[in-house]
Amino acid sequence: MGTGAYSKIFPSAKAALEGVGDNMTILVGGFGLCGIPENLITALRDSGAKGLTCVSNNAGVDDFGLGLLLQTRQIKKMLSSYVGENATFEKQFLSGELELEFCPQGTLAERLRAGGAGIPGFYTATGAGTVVAEGKEKKVFDGREYILERGIAGEFALVKAWKADEFGNLIYRKTARNFNPMIATAGKITVVEVEEIVPVGELDPDMIHTPGVYVQRIIKSPSLEKRIEQRTVSKG
Amino acid sequence: MGLTRDQIAQRISREVKSGYCVNLGIGIPTLVANFIPASMHVMLQSENGLLGMGPFPTESAVDPDLINAGKQTVTALPGASFFSSADSFAMIRGGHIDLTVLGAMEVDMNGDIASWMVPGKMVKGMGGAMDLVAGARTVIVAMQHTSKDGASKLLKKCTLPLTGKDCVTRIVTDMGVLEVDKGRGFKLLEWAPDLSAEAVIEATEAPVTVVPGAGPMKF
Repeated sequence: MGTGAYSKIFPSAKAALEGVGDNMTILVGGFGLCGIPENLITALRDSGAKGLTCVSNNAGVDDFGLGLLLQTRQIKKMLSSYVGENATFEKQFLSGELELEFCPQGTLAERLRAGGAGIPGFYTATGAGTVVAEGKEKKVFDGREYILERGIAGEFALVKAWKADEFGNLIYRKTARNFNPMIATAGKITVVEVEEIVPVGELDPDMIHTPGVYVQRIIKSPSLEKRIEQRTVSKG
Repeated sequence: MGLTRDQIAQRISREVKSGYCVNLGIGIPTLVANFIPASMHVMLQSENGLLGMGPFPTESAVDPDLINAGKQTVTALPGASFFSSADSFAMIRGGHIDLTVLGAMEVDMNGDIASWMVPGKMVKGMGGAMDLVAGARTVIVAMQHTSKDGASKLLKKCTLPLTGKDCVTRIVTDMGVLEVDKGRGFKLLEWAPDLSAEAVIEATEAPVTVVPGAGPMKF
C-alpha cells in the first residue's frame, strides 16, 4: 500500500510486542481456547513483563493460553467472566498472589466495546441487585434498576483473526470471533496475529469485520495449535 | 423417585414454541435440545457468538473454530450466523432471545435466582448467566427440587449470592413444574407422575398453591 517504509506487518510476535512493559493492562481476545492469539501470548510470556493486568473472558488452561503467564507469575490481576478450567489460577487466587475481578460476560464485552468507542460508562440491568452492583452507581429507568459500568481500554490489545490485509482490515472465522473485535478497538496498540496476510484490495470491503484503523501491528502466526477443550463428536 | 434428567429436559422442551430463539445453559438445559421436534423452527443461541447451533460434528467435521459456550465442538445449521460477544449479548440484553433455560442452586418466591457462587468455595465466575437472566424474555430454571441432604432449593428467600433479581418465571424440577407467585410463593402446575401435589408442597420451603386444573405430568 502506497510508498515509503510504513508497514504494519512485523516479522515476529516478539517484534510486534515491542514496548510491552511491567504493570501494563493487556487485553486478550478469545473464548476459552477458541480464537486466542497463541503466538502473541507466548511472546508476552517471553517478554518477561510482570505485574500485568489481563482482561480476557477466561484465563486459559494450566499449560495453554493465559495459563502460561500464570505459571510464570507475570499476571497480577485478571478481569474475566469465568475461570473454571485452570488449577494454577485457583491455587494462586486462593493463596492471595493473584487478584481477580469477575465481570458478567456481556458486561465485559460491552465494557470493551465502550472502551474502544470512547464511551466512559453505560447502564445495564445485568448484575443489578447482586454483588456485581456493590459500589456502583444505580439508576432507575422506566421502573427498572440499572447499574453504571465503566468502559475498559488497555495499553496493548492482543487479537487473533483469520485473515488480514496489509492495512489491518480483519476477518474472523466462525466462533473464533468472540471477544476479538471489541478487544481490537480497545487497545492503544492493537497487535493482531492471523493465519493469512493478503495484499490490500483482496478482501471484499463488505466482508470486513474489523476495519484496519484499529490495528497497529500484524503478524502471521508461525504455527497454531488451536487446542480443543471439549472434543464432542456424533456418529453422524 | 420423580423425573429423570432427561424427563426434566423433555418437559421443558414443551415450553419452546416454533419461531423461538433459545439459549440453553450447561447440564440439564443442554438436553432440552434433544426433545425439540425437528419440525419446529427453533434457533439455538450460544452466547460465544452463534445463532443456529447444530448437533456435535462427526469426527471429520470437528472444527476448533466452532464451539459452543460450554467449549464443546458443535456445528452450525443452515441459516446460522456468527457474531461477536458484544453482538451476542446485545441480542440477550436487548430482549431478542425468547427463552433461556439454566440451572440453579436456589430460586425464591420473588423470582430471584442464585446459581454462581457458594461463599467459602472457589468461585469460577458467572460467565454469561447474569446477562441471560437479566435479558432473556423468559427464564426457566431446570434443577433438582432439593439438595442432596433434602433441603428445599425453592425458598422464601435465596441465601446464596444472587445471579439476578426478579427474573425467573418457571421452574421445572424432578418433582414438578412451578411458577413464581411473586411475593407469595410458588404455583404448582404439574407434578411428577409417581408423586403427589402434597409431596411437592412438603418438599418446598416456600408456600405452594396448587392451581386449578393442575395434575400429574404425562410422558
